[in-house]
Amino acid sequence: MFRRRPEARPAAGDQLVEVFVAGQPVRVPEGASAAAAVLLSGTPAIRTTPVNGAPRLPYCMIGICFDCLAEIDGVANRQSCLVPVAPGMRIEPQLGARAARIEDAA
Amino acid sequence: MTATGQDTRDAIVVGGGLVGAAIAYGLQRQGLSTVMLDEGDVAHRASRGNFGLVWVQSKGLGAPHYQHWTHASAQAWPELAADLLATTGIGVGLHQPGGLHFCFSDDEMAQRDALMGQLRREAGNAGYAYRMIPAAELRDMVPGLGPQVVGASWTPYDGHASPLHLLRALHAAFQDLGGLYRPNAKVTAIKAAPRDFTVAIGSETVRAPRLVLASGLGNADLAPLVGLSAPLRPERGQILVTERTRQVLGLPTHVVRQTEEGSLLLGDSKEDMGFDTLTQTPAIMRAIANKAVRTFPWIAELNIVRAWAALRVMSPDGKPIYDESERYPGATIANCHSGVTLAGAHASLLAPMIATGALAPEMSPFSARRFDVQKAA
Ligand code: FES
Repeated sequence: MFRRRPEARPAAGDQLVEVFVAGQPVRVPEGASAAAAVLLSGTPAIRTTPVNGAPRLPYCMIGICFDCLAEIDGVANRQSCLVPVAPGMRIEPQLGARAARIEDAA
Repeated sequence: MTATGQDTRDAIVVGGGLVGAAIAYGLQRQGLSTVMLDEGDVAHRASRGNFGLVWVQSKGLGAPHYQHWTHASAQAWPELAADLLATTGIGVGLHQPGGLHFCFSDDEMAQRDALMGQLRREAGNAGYAYRMIPAAELRDMVPGLGPQVVGASWTPYDGHASPLHLLRALHAAFQDLGGLYRPNAKVTAIKAAPRDFTVAIGSETVRAPRLVLASGLGNADLAPLVGLSAPLRPERGQILVTERTRQVLGLPTHVVRQTEEGSLLLGDSKEDMGFDTLTQTPAIMRAIANKAVRTFPWIAELNIVRAWAALRVMSPDGKPIYDESERYPGATIANCHSGVTLAGAHASLLAPMIATGALAPEMSPFSARRFDVQKAA
């Protein structure tokens, strides 16, 4: 159930994976979380809260606080600290509440 | 008040949920010095689990007094919400754009139409506007309606509000007006005499000429102490809550509503589980989710972030009980499972009756004596 996370900051010899945080390429060690990539990218906020619009960055890194919500590869409201990076992953800010995707039934 | 002291008031309200708080607020607003006794979190707390509809359609079939009462409450609601906002600064998220009850077959549409027509006949001069709306027209009113929906009934009276903000606003307004809120105040004894009631909370007592019992399921035990009966049973309802989404659903429905903050609440289950609010029943949760998705397929993609169960306070016929004691005038009981819908009536209509000392004659069909008659028959 438990496994060590790689250091978020790449060290010599690490296998690196390139992902995109708000469109900017970031290289992180394989097995790191999307939230680690968010923090390394230096982006000022990965989400804004739905009611007050306050800016947030990953905080607890263990799936509790929901401050790491991001749109990952087109899926809204994902907890980026629980999602391991994959090559080419697109991590976009979750600004406010997500939109429901309504396709007309007709 | 000291540990052994006695507090004398104009009115005592037992119960700090939506019913008790609405009545206590109404009494205090009438100028009566009122104390509200709230048992604590060991109580069943139906008000914390409410779905939040202000719902008129389908209430009171065969019971025009109940239909009128519900309708009157919906009409009293805008003023209640405005008063609470003015007094406390708390918005309760009231919207009354009318509401939809969906049907999934032509048969269901016909049955629903018959039911609504009967309600209209029973409404008499009070009036009861409704429409059966076919799916083609519904698609312009709500987004992404599922292909299985055949139509819906609509009345202009329905709406919704935040139960938690309402509860908080009623408590705050009550206290702003000078009412005394007593938390962790479990009633341990009641000494009743005509227009003279002494209620013990452990070693403390409060005394007043008016006593209102509004303690939900707790009334079953308390009512006999003032010569009344409250035959109540718990009916469990479960609710699922989705993550917040941008506003998408402009009007409430009987199975889904979107809160002001953006969450979608999914509900409308009924179970007999005694007093159990903790055991999760996946079958019921699945049924709630399925019905929501049949209605609005796009909900399937949203994450569920919370789920809970709460107990409705049900009388044998499902209608409210309002009763006053003949043996001990001044004692009133109030019970219902629609603490949000009826908040307007409780604060603006019922509380003034209690303040003047007698329920209005049109309230007599709500008396629990109706159940004695049924037993005898
Ligand atoms: S950082 Fe707290 S839940 Fe992801």
